[in-house]
Amino acid sequence: MSAPLLELDAVSRRFSRRISLGDRIAAKLGATVEMREVRAVESVSLSVMKGETLGLVGESGCGKSTLGRIAAGILAPSAGTARLDGKPVMSETGRREKLTTRVQTVFQDPFASLNPRKRIGEAIAEGPLAHGLIDRAGSRAYVAEQLSRVGLDPSYSSRFPHQFSGGQRQRIAIARALAMKPDLLICDEPVASLDVSIQAQVLNLFLDLRRALNLTAIFISHDLGVVRHLSDRVAIMYLGRIVEIGPASEIYAAPKHPYTQALLASVPRLNRHREGRTAFKPIAGELPSPLSPPPGCHFHPRCGFATERCRSEPPQLRPLGPERWAACHLAE
Amino acid sequence: MRRDASPFIRFWIEFAENRLALAALGVVILVVGAAILAPLFTPQDPYDIGKLVLGDARRPPGHVGSGGYVHLLGTDAQGRDLWSAILYGLRISIQIGITAGAVAFIVGGSLGTIAAFAGGRTEALIMRFIDLQLSFPAILLALVISAILGQGKWQLTIALVASQYAYFARTAHGAAVAERAKEYIEAALSTPLSSRVVVFRHILPNCMPPLIVVATVQIANAISLEATLSFLGLGLPVTHPSLGTLISNGFQYMLSGRYWISIYPGIALIVLILAVNLVGDQIRDQLNPRLQR
Repeated sequence: MSAPLLELDAVSRRFSRRISLGDRIAAKLGATVEMREVRAVESVSLSVMKGETLGLVGESGCGKSTLGRIAAGILAPSAGTARLDGKPVMSETGRREKLTTRVQTVFQDPFASLNPRKRIGEAIAEGPLAHGLIDRAGSRAYVAEQLSRVGLDPSYSSRFPHQFSGGQRQRIAIARALAMKPDLLICDEPVASLDVSIQAQVLNLFLDLRRALNLTAIFISHDLGVVRHLSDRVAIMYLGRIVEIGPASEIYAAPKHPYTQALLASVPRLNRHREGRTAFKPIAGELPSPLSPPPGCHFHPRCGFATERCRSEPPQLRPLGPERWAACHLAE
Repeated sequence: MRRDASPFIRFWIEFAENRLALAALGVVILVVGAAILAPLFTPQDPYDIGKLVLGDARRPPGHVGSGGYVHLLGTDAQGRDLWSAILYGLRISIQIGITAGAVAFIVGGSLGTIAAFAGGRTEALIMRFIDLQLSFPAILLALVISAILGQGKWQLTIALVASQYAYFARTAHGAAVAERAKEYIEAALSTPLSSRVVVFRHILPNCMPPLIVVATVQIANAISLEATLSFLGLGLPVTHPSLGTLISNGFQYMLSGRYWISIYPGIALIVLILAVNLVGDQIRDQLNPRLQR
């Protein structure tokens, strides 16, 4: 763990409504046209060290998948850059194209992420063939190797995706990503759409592969338990910003940001120490619309400790201990 | 049914369950086969003007002509044996229909898919042009183009392609927009694979089902459009009659009782188009996810 493998430098991503021709003419004529813009990710800086697994946690709509897609070179950031080993992941100008094969992604829904008309052997071999990692003669053996590594029978390579279960498909998707020999693997909620019993299998496979291949990974999930199990460090996101980041064990033991505290308190768990039932503590209020985020600290309308300062001044991430950062005016 | 049988085999097994469609497919194969092998089944080459005898003109079915053979379906105004002329005419009609359909498929399918993938201005430009074209009747455009290019097989094919590619493009565009948004395209782009590979290896194959349906309909349309243009005198010359030309030639004799010159080519045309459409209907039903069992 020396140099960071992936660096996100103040990346932002805004999604704007397509402006219609009528509105554009109206704007030219001096009318005020409402520009609705979603700030999915707002000036996030982050680095991932070689060999480390970073967990990215947040409610739905907080921008964690968008941040993952920026890191993976699928979405170009509106501002800022994502760099892998110092080199940008996507071209900066013109048609924003991905420049590297060293970041690969495992997607959430294995029913959507595999081309239904491609035999899985072709799907796995396609990328490595296109980038010259293997040649046609060696592709059969290579596919067999990839399949057996994720615990699938190599003879399945001539089957179509519809012949597999969700867990098997996710294994295929992992094999496809790893066949590109990536240094960094982005896992975008890879188990969220699987049955709980299958989730464990896929997660264990992921742990084994990470150890065997010395992978660096970003693991995106809304499931705090899953992330705790897998991650070295955890970053908590709220409405496009990172509110807290630190080593997994410390975040879970002593969360500093009120949002993290509320999030951890809301996790349903079987309580063996206390008698009787304990109620879940959902976070008060609802996630504000990212179209018009509240001023100051985005969390203040739902925060029990909010002060006047929280309502006006957005807090910056500041160090609170070795490797621990939180974006809260009150945290110590 | 083997589970790992290729989609094509499974498709075929399901297709064969519909007896009517199977019979229609049989008719199509029979007609196409007879048209291709026409010289083997016909007593006369209707395009060889030297062999035509005017004394045999407008003879009813069953007449034994100067060639010493029976004119099964009679003869036309130039003394052509109608049975021979119909098979040769089918040959031209099918050839033009399939060529035009295939070229329109490739041009329109690629154009629509590329438009959907490119998005933005490119997409707007291509699709609005196609909408503009679709707002005219296809026959009008085909008429104008064949009037400009003149008579002949290739001129006619070009006119048909120009008026039909738009249907393929619009269908491909609709399907491709839906496929473009799916995660496997994102996965392919994030590998990364080149745009060309993503468009032609990932998006286009997944747009095939609706395109194949349009193709069967459009091949039948191309054949009838060809007949229409020939009937109107803009298709093939009288010396090289296609089905439309034959019907047109016999039209003036209809009311004088010499029905056979128009009727028999007409029946051949109807049977072919009906059979192609029945096959197309079954393919459409099979590919429609809402009707899938």
